[in-house]
Amino acid sequence: MAETILVLTHADETGSVLTTASLEAVSAGKELAAWLDASLTIGVVAAEASSAARSLAGVGARIFGVSGEAFAQARYASDAAACEALCKAAAATIVLTTGSSRFARVAAGVALRLGGCVDTHVTSIRCENGVEVSRWFYRQRIEAVITRAKRPWILLLDAGTYAPFEGGVEDVKVEQVAVALPAMRTTVIGMRSPELSAQTIRPEAKMLFVAGAGWTKKQSDGQVHAGEAGELILNFLSNTGASLGSSKSLVDQGGDGQPVLPFLTHMNQVGQTGSTPRHAKGLSTCCHGEEPHVVGWRFIGDRRAISLDPNCGWARGKADVVYVADAFKVMARVNELLAGH
Amino acid sequence: MELHIVVCAGIVPDPLQTLEPVMGPKGPALKNEMMLPAVLDPWAASSLYEAASLAAKNPGSKVWLVSLGPKAKLQQVMMTVAQKVSFELVAIDAPVSGFVDAQATAAVLAEAINGLAGLEKAKLLLFGGWESATRGAGVTMQIVGELLGISDQFMGVDQIEFLDDGSFEVLERVEGGKHQVSVCAGAPALFGWATGNLAEPRNNPQIGMANMRTVMPALQKAKAVSVAENDLQYVSASLPKQQRQTRVVKDMAVDAIARELVEWVGAK
Ligand SMILES: Cc1cc2nc3c(=O)[nH]c(=O)nc-3n(C[C@H](O)[C@H](O)[C@H](O)COP(=O)(O)OP(=O)(O)OC[C@H]3O[C@@H](n4cnc5c(N)ncnc54)[C@H](O)[C@@H]3O)c2cc1C
Repeated sequence: MAETILVLTHADETGSVLTTASLEAVSAGKELAAWLDASLTIGVVAAEASSAARSLAGVGARIFGVSGEAFAQARYASDAAACEALCKAAAATIVLTTGSSRFARVAAGVALRLGGCVDTHVTSIRCENGVEVSRWFYRQRIEAVITRAKRPWILLLDAGTYAPFEGGVEDVKVEQVAVALPAMRTTVIGMRSPELSAQTIRPEAKMLFVAGAGWTKKQSDGQVHAGEAGELILNFLSNTGASLGSSKSLVDQGGDGQPVLPFLTHMNQVGQTGSTPRHAKGLSTCCHGEEPHVVGWRFIGDRRAISLDPNCGWARGKADVVYVADAFKVMARVNELLAGH
Repeated sequence: MELHIVVCAGIVPDPLQTLEPVMGPKGPALKNEMMLPAVLDPWAASSLYEAASLAAKNPGSKVWLVSLGPKAKLQQVMMTVAQKVSFELVAIDAPVSGFVDAQATAAVLAEAINGLAGLEKAKLLLFGGWESATRGAGVTMQIVGELLGISDQFMGVDQIEFLDDGSFEVLERVEGGKHQVSVCAGAPALFGWATGNLAEPRNNPQIGMANMRTVMPALQKAKAVSVAENDLQYVSASLPKQQRQTRVVKDMAVDAIARELVEWVGAK
């Protein structure tokens, strides 16, 4: 079957640049189009598709755009209509896009409207006997390769699985696609950070620092040192620019009236019921390395852990190095050394 | 304000269980699947607790729990879930596993919801998890919503707050640990919940007893349906093999560990 490939992209918060994850999908689209010798179209959803599309210079594909104030922000009704219109304009059989919160919210609805199908959290695509894609089931515990005959087939790529497309930045020709919008019942107000003090989740950081429940447990002196733990952790983050993750046990403590680290929320949680970040390095501290936690580390390359327990889960082939030591002491010294740099 | 809250919640193997895929004639399944203890899907469970709390604040409201799964497993899970909050169970007897197609599952759920006696669409808040602990696709709820004609959909929801005029503010998780804040004119709307802010309610035997009056009959009359396989084909399903040669460092001085770590962390 001759395929027609569409890559759906959207602008970032500034409205005038495509997101990195969108550019990753463009790379995937180029690769797949080359393999299948298929035609490639890029669709852009933005307040001003023409300015967002400037980062696509040299992409070697037709570019369709949906523009207007309604598309400045993520919202189901407007984004679903925009994506539907772009898919139809491109007569796409395979639609590659990013699993960003914005498009993950609408992709399945769009697939239904088009009479097609959808698969999400795709981590690789290959063309062996037709198009085959890998994704994870049971929250990163089982990996499967799937294929479908139905078209259009919308595939959402997990961030970090392809290198972002790097073309030039200049004006490109964008064919504007008109969208008939239904009456809008939802108004987007803006963004809110869960806590005002520190922005601790940094998807672009090279390193992930994960705190476990041990930071708030009684230490050798029989006391809890949550305040000190908080300072050590925040210091390390500011010294390194690392992103902060947490085990479920630690974020859950807020509900039980136990001492907690006030800057941690459920959004920091890494693991089976939390997120699966993709930093190059990860340092786990005061955390036991149990399976539901460690599955969240599936895409963390280089892993080290500090735990008092030499038999913790990390020691059983899950981390590259486990330091059996007191994280309070080690991190205090690490911070001193980093500050002296 | 009377709300009709429909919660879609599947069941999943207890996340602490070891899972192993086996290839059957109809594609992959889990080894000893029927033996594994199950729990209510974690995100869908938080949506159920949010539903109950919202219903309690809005007298005259009603919560339905629509659950598709093998009858025997549903019964086992309901023994615990029914102790937590009040709801009317709508059980559909069908196979569930991560490998059953989400779009086909959604079609069955939408049909069941469409058939609910007494459900008023103008009051409908459709709840569920934004993803599941099985497929983890984030697809099912959206399709159910589309099939029911709901185009105000929110995903990764942590909070909704009703205003006096029936409109509500909703917080959805977006990248970078932030929330997107929107205001929607009111029901009908769909919410795929993240973990929200509520703690898991403690077991309450009285609620359990009241729920059991509807849970047992609902299980008895659960209709057996087959979920279409569609065109989804599995080429393979396997456990990832990523064993590391862990270096366990004991008895190293704090200072030496710190120096090694600083070098490893590298430049900012
Ligand atoms: C349905 C379900 C879903 C789950 N999903 C997730 C999930 O998404 N993410 C997740 O993380 N977990 C999840 N879990 C929980 C998981 O199984 C573990 O219980 C949890 O991750 C353990 O957290 P922890 O390691 O922080 O705490 P603990 O198990 O309490 O371990 C604390 C560790 O800290 C160490 N320690 C204490 N003091 C020090 C010190 N001074 N220096 C060094 N080390 C110290 C201790 O030796 C111990 O190893 C889930 C569980 C269930 C049942």
